[in-house]
Amino acid sequence: MKRICAKASGFFTAAVSILLACVITGILMYGMGYNPLDAYYQLFFGAVVGLSALSESVVKMVPLVFTGLSFAIAKRSGLVNLGATGQLYIGALCTTVVGVYVTGLPAALHIPLALAAGCAGGAAYGAVVGFLKNRFQANELITTIMLNEIATELVNCLVDGPMKDLDALTKFPQSKAILDSAVLPKILTGTRLHAGFLLALLAVALYGVFMKRTKWGYELRVVGMNPSAARTAGMSVQRTQLLAMLLAGGFAGLAGSIEMLAIQKRLMQSFAGNLGFDGIAVALLGGNQPLGILLSAFLFGMMSNGSNKMQMLSNVPSAVIYLMQGLIILFVVGRYLYSKKLWEGLIPQRKSRREEVRP
Amino acid sequence: MAFLEMRHIRKTFGSTVANDDVSLSVERGEIHALLGENGAGKSTLMNILYGMYPADSGEILLNGRQLHLAGTKDAIANGIGMVHQHFMLIPEQTVIENVILGNRGNPFVLNLKEQARRFTELAAKYGMEVDPWCRVDQLSVGQQQRLEILKALYKNAEILILDEPTAVLTPQEVQGLFRMMRQLTDSGCTILFITHKLPEIMDVCTRCTILRQGRTVCSMPILPGADQHELAVRMVGQEVELALHKQAAHPGEEVLRVTGLHCARSDGVEAVRGVDFSVRSGEIVGICGVDGNGQSELIRCITGLLRPSAGEISICGTDCSGAGVKRILRQGVSHIPEDRLKMAVVKEMDLCENMILMHYDQEPVCRHGFLSWRAARLQGEKICRTYQVRMSSLTQAVQELSGGNQQKLVVGRELAQDPKLLIAVHPSRGLDIGATKYIQNSIIAARDRGAAVLMVSTELEEVMELSDRILVMFNGCIMADIRQADATREKLGALMAGIKGGQTCGS
Repeated sequence: MKRICAKASGFFTAAVSILLACVITGILMYGMGYNPLDAYYQLFFGAVVGLSALSESVVKMVPLVFTGLSFAIAKRSGLVNLGATGQLYIGALCTTVVGVYVTGLPAALHIPLALAAGCAGGAAYGAVVGFLKNRFQANELITTIMLNEIATELVNCLVDGPMKDLDALTKFPQSKAILDSAVLPKILTGTRLHAGFLLALLAVALYGVFMKRTKWGYELRVVGMNPSAARTAGMSVQRTQLLAMLLAGGFAGLAGSIEMLAIQKRLMQSFAGNLGFDGIAVALLGGNQPLGILLSAFLFGMMSNGSNKMQMLSNVPSAVIYLMQGLIILFVVGRYLYSKKLWEGLIPQRKSRREEVRP
Repeated sequence: MAFLEMRHIRKTFGSTVANDDVSLSVERGEIHALLGENGAGKSTLMNILYGMYPADSGEILLNGRQLHLAGTKDAIANGIGMVHQHFMLIPEQTVIENVILGNRGNPFVLNLKEQARRFTELAAKYGMEVDPWCRVDQLSVGQQQRLEILKALYKNAEILILDEPTAVLTPQEVQGLFRMMRQLTDSGCTILFITHKLPEIMDVCTRCTILRQGRTVCSMPILPGADQHELAVRMVGQEVELALHKQAAHPGEEVLRVTGLHCARSDGVEAVRGVDFSVRSGEIVGICGVDGNGQSELIRCITGLLRPSAGEISICGTDCSGAGVKRILRQGVSHIPEDRLKMAVVKEMDLCENMILMHYDQEPVCRHGFLSWRAARLQGEKICRTYQVRMSSLTQAVQELSGGNQQKLVVGRELAQDPKLLIAVHPSRGLDIGATKYIQNSIIAARDRGAAVLMVSTELEEVMELSDRILVMFNGCIMADIRQADATREKLGALMAGIKGGQTCGS
């Protein structure tokens, strides 16, 4: 019962945050001279109504699920992984190398190999953070940000140098195209919906099982919530956090990998936009819980998809969506200001007794 | 008309009633004890008097005048001072800097010298010299407490609230504190003294008010030769079982042996300096000493949390010096850590998840890396039943339990493993009489089942009652190894202060 209550309270907070963000964004749009109701109508319409709109939202959601999981799993172990961007680029890079230069494989081998390369690349890049933290007590906030720079610049250099596609007509800095045998298949004809969606669902399920049902997930959670209790119970905080960073990097690497194999098909400069940092927002809104991440990734995918339609039909600049996403995060982070009182007001018979009672 | 009166005070936190119609009346110049179990509402009441939080209803009268306390500033302005159980001092600053903290003087100029002069005068008046230029972290605990009292007096406190002041002191220091308290009341101060230790009340107080479950039970004068048992009954509300069920020990073979152990704290200071002792199965060995004399580091070495710099630890004949925590736990060692919330439980997790904390990777809870919550639930239910952990369901978060129930959970979890060696550090710290006796009896029962028990406690009573042998630690060394029958308060107190055969030991 308590469990269910806690879960419901998480959804409640998320819903209130979204609602408040919508209201405030609406007021701002009104102030700028737009019709917010029309904008929201177009946004919603463009994101979910019709097969192509809906499938496009799901396509946008897929990488966010992975970067969300990346932030969440590190967070559960007590680390703040701001490095999903870097891990994603390294993942995409490794995948591209396998997808372009390894030839002669059937798809059944080439796709898994390319995905595994991306996952491993991201994981290794994430492990660097864990290593630096364990060995030199380097703060992961700083190392992850710095490693982001290194990874993106590395990709920039490579696609304008050794990996540059010289055969193409344009001299655009980009790699050769991924071979057909490595391209992720579509799963719905007439749309861009690809097998990466299934992988995302699988990843979320694995994440849930891992956290709740395995001893490593248990270790990870204990380390994240109370490291000194973890030590007393004989867990190694360092090793556990290293594992968390490996997995976090792996998830982010897969995000890049799948983007490459299903959507972009060529490595190019700053192809990932904001995917890395949006993952933080997804994880925060989803409360680091599997179902929460899935839903909030869908919401963010929907918003980014619908915003184009909104811009076209209501003239509202799509940047408004970033504003709204920012507000959502502000309200989620600042939930302690309002959520408890509101929630308790809704369920008066089950007041939480979290308040400290001094003896 | 009493000097200070609190009438019909009520205070709730969420749905918990901390004070429910409490009344208190104190005469000028008395040492008034506030007696009650944990959670009886003593600290809440005093925090209300000190302006820390407002009462929901009720009134406070000082000299017949009603007080409205919006914050601690108002309380201080009305001559009310409080010494908290955990000192409110900044260790990196000097004594005088701590004293003037929060004082309003000239807003632009800080005249520390003048303040220090006034402070020294005040301290001399009460015979409690403290060097105003000394850094606080160089003071002993007793001196820090003196400083806290002086801090309040410096702000012209006439009513002094002392919240469990004796918890951190040696018996000798306690006597010093009591002398100081008498002197303060002689010069016109009024003292409110929070405690749950009965002998102290008999020693120093003139009157006491007993609280139980947020209500005033009674207020009575303390006459010489008053009956402790009666106070205990009124405090607990029922006949209490104060006796321990303890028969003579039948020590068996040696389970733990520590030889020549040295270890350093993280700041490089040697905390344990050459300790030798052994614990045999079927006996309880108690380590007593003032907090911070190396007990904590010694235990951390034995449980594998700290690597000793020299010496040997063997458990059941296996050399375990420098072994990891897990290897040591696997030897059949159970550990009740010193700090419950920090080391023994994860307070956000539910009861079930906490029940498996120390053996989460062993059968039947863990198979091939996968956890069986069904097995965990079965174990958890059994422990809660056997050790009387009061809870509404196993999916409750541990932080929703009271401190006593959390500790029962920890003790139960460790004893349910049927350990060969039980290491219990402050097993009953902060618990009320009922829970304390229950836990102590459980530990004795474990001993009678053949466990070797190594216990650390700062409470002399606990060590003296529970142990078969007592080791006194001072300054990283073991001062003495005394049989229970030979131990007296005076003897142990002197050893705890580092006095052996009339001489002061240590550096």
